[in-house]
Amino acid sequence: MKYLLLIWAGLWRKKTRTILTMLSIIVAFLLFGLLQGINQSIKAGLGDTSNNRLWTTSRMSAINSMPISLMDKMQTVKGVRTIAHLSFFGGYFQDAKNAISAFAINVDGVATVYPELNITQAQIDAMKTTRPGALIGRPLAQKYGWKVGDKIPLGTTIWTKKDGSNNWAFDIIGIFDPSPQFANSPLGSAFWINYDYWDETRQFDNHRVHQFITQIDDPKQATAISSAIDKLFENSPDETRTQSENAALQAQLKEFADIDFIANSIVGAVMFALLFLTANTMMQSVRERIPELAVLKTLGFSGGAVSALVLTESAILCLIAALVGLLLASFAIGAVGSVLGAGTIPPVVILEGIVIAVLLAAISGLPPALRAQRLNIVDALAER
Amino acid sequence: MNIRSLPQRVGTSSVVVIGIAGVVAVLISVLAMSTGLIRTMQKTGPVNRAIVVRTGSSTELVSVLTNDAALAIADSAGVKKGADGHPLASREGLLIVNVMKRDGTEAVAPFRGFTQTGFAVHPEIKLVKGRLFQPAVAEMIVGKSAQRLYSGLDVGSQVKLRGTTWTVVGIFESGGNARESELIADLQTLNSAYQRGNGSQSVLVVLDSPNGFQTFKDAITTNPQLQVDVATEKEYGTQQSDRISKILSIVAYVVGGIMAVGAIFAALNTMYSAVSARAREIATLRAIGFGPMPVVVSVFVEALLLAMVGGSIGALIAWLLFNGHSVDTNGGGFGGQLIFDLAVTPTLVTLGIIWACVIGAIGGLFPAIRAARLPVATALRAV
Repeated sequence: MKYLLLIWAGLWRKKTRTILTMLSIIVAFLLFGLLQGINQSIKAGLGDTSNNRLWTTSRMSAINSMPISLMDKMQTVKGVRTIAHLSFFGGYFQDAKNAISAFAINVDGVATVYPELNITQAQIDAMKTTRPGALIGRPLAQKYGWKVGDKIPLGTTIWTKKDGSNNWAFDIIGIFDPSPQFANSPLGSAFWINYDYWDETRQFDNHRVHQFITQIDDPKQATAISSAIDKLFENSPDETRTQSENAALQAQLKEFADIDFIANSIVGAVMFALLFLTANTMMQSVRERIPELAVLKTLGFSGGAVSALVLTESAILCLIAALVGLLLASFAIGAVGSVLGAGTIPPVVILEGIVIAVLLAAISGLPPALRAQRLNIVDALAER
Repeated sequence: MNIRSLPQRVGTSSVVVIGIAGVVAVLISVLAMSTGLIRTMQKTGPVNRAIVVRTGSSTELVSVLTNDAALAIADSAGVKKGADGHPLASREGLLIVNVMKRDGTEAVAPFRGFTQTGFAVHPEIKLVKGRLFQPAVAEMIVGKSAQRLYSGLDVGSQVKLRGTTWTVVGIFESGGNARESELIADLQTLNSAYQRGNGSQSVLVVLDSPNGFQTFKDAITTNPQLQVDVATEKEYGTQQSDRISKILSIVAYVVGGIMAVGAIFAALNTMYSAVSARAREIATLRAIGFGPMPVVVSVFVEALLLAMVGGSIGALIAWLLFNGHSVDTNGGGFGGQLIFDLAVTPTLVTLGIIWACVIGAIGGLFPAIRAARLPVATALRAV
């Protein structure tokens, strides 16, 4: 500890070099924190057992429909509390580019299964009395400036009415305020419509839905209940796939791209380049100070002590910069992460970052430290 | 002269080279994904085709066209007639089926239904192995990318899909377009196996002239019987790949940009130390009459040169590792897994080298200015 000032002075011997090296390390760890932070916090969803929702879709694919009658059978499975169902309306407003997350649902089911959406009893009742009614999320209402009482024409990419037209219009009967974690999700800005009305009006695929969302008593039973549900329909024309909500979201993301692989290879490339940089900085800094180190040795510092000084210097350099980088990453994730479903940087990533920083310091500090240890005082003082 | 002294500074200089190589490799690899995807989606056949889907359908998968509609489309103006006098219009069914990838994970593959005209409309589809499927028998042919990615789709394999057992009878290629990710069978057999009635998802027509699209579009949109959207095959491919290729570009530029900032710091570091290591040498040059300009230029050129070496190495790494590397995604609403090859194109390589030069230029500029401002007397005295 008492040598800290000495190390500190050694670190700042060449200000420009130290600052630039630190900046490079900061940038590298910022990137590490961003990529792994987003990657890990998406993954962490899998382990989240607090979620008591299961998603059931057709085993064929998520966009194949299933008979609504499956719901009665699912209700018989032990541990199942409430079931909501949902069908894609594939809606857009005015132009196909303005996609609206419109779903046909059983309103009371969805209100119970997703308490986070804060749908009120009055809104449920209003939906029941107004058959072509729509209940929409606050973010959606704000985006288009829609108010309760407006009649909104929606185009659809899928459904034709029984009369052959596809001019659908819905009366907004209520606007719900989703809790913050749902504010950015499609459900938070959903355009809910009555399944019964929609099913009677559409031309084809009647009495079928796209997805069931089951609320269960105990999240720990999720796996058992999922397989019990799938077992019910095994070998029928409508085989199902049931997963916890988090697992289903995970799988969707995984289909998009192998994020794990991309994040790991980029981080690998960055760290490899960084290793060269810091190793080089340390090597150079020691080379320039050889006479000084020789003086230290003359004063009675042992070889081990001198090499410890060098190693500590590299550790301080790497750790300070790494922590600053990780801090910046956590700010950045806080700012933009919610869009990607990642709110904060998981502690495990910070820990990983620190371990990498220590390794970086050790590997880049070791060769110059050894050199300092083996220093021959006479040769070094003579600058030979 | 700077360059001749480079070997003495291999260690320091390699920092710039490796740093920049990393930036360029990452930038090019991610953009190669986007380029490969666009290339696959926009690749069209040897003939000029248009695709017709029901109004508002964002992808083929969610479209439904009745037989009457398909007939009306085939009879529209602008559609080329085949050798037998029938219009070259292919009614196509599309659904997605669960398959296993060779690595054991589940995926969804597009399963397409063709009528007899299908192959006349898609002359680029060529069997590389086996034979075509027979109508009314549960047989299918498999695209060569799909065959590579999924397990159990070799010629002679039996595939059980929702109660029907299909036999794979052939493998085809189609000039590297999206069809190679698909399985193809007889439309009617497909419809009856999946109890889907007699409709189809889309109609593909061959246009009778390069400018025939407008004629065809007008004919179709003014026909009161039809509620359909029409696009050339290329437009359709662009629409489909737009979202995902945009996301990839954002990733490439954001990650590449952050890495570039890091590399600039590394380059500055290296060049500053190169200048300080040669302070006496530079001061000597100044003392014997060289102006500041040649000094600035020499440092600057050295930085640029190192950057270009780094950029080329990065581009080479990206090309060696990823050019032609197959990846698959299901993120763009293509309907099922789309398999495509990464494409490291000359444009991308040029872009990578430009980035490298910019990093090198910024990293070289400030140290060069410092070198020029070096007070001659003090620098000469420095031991």
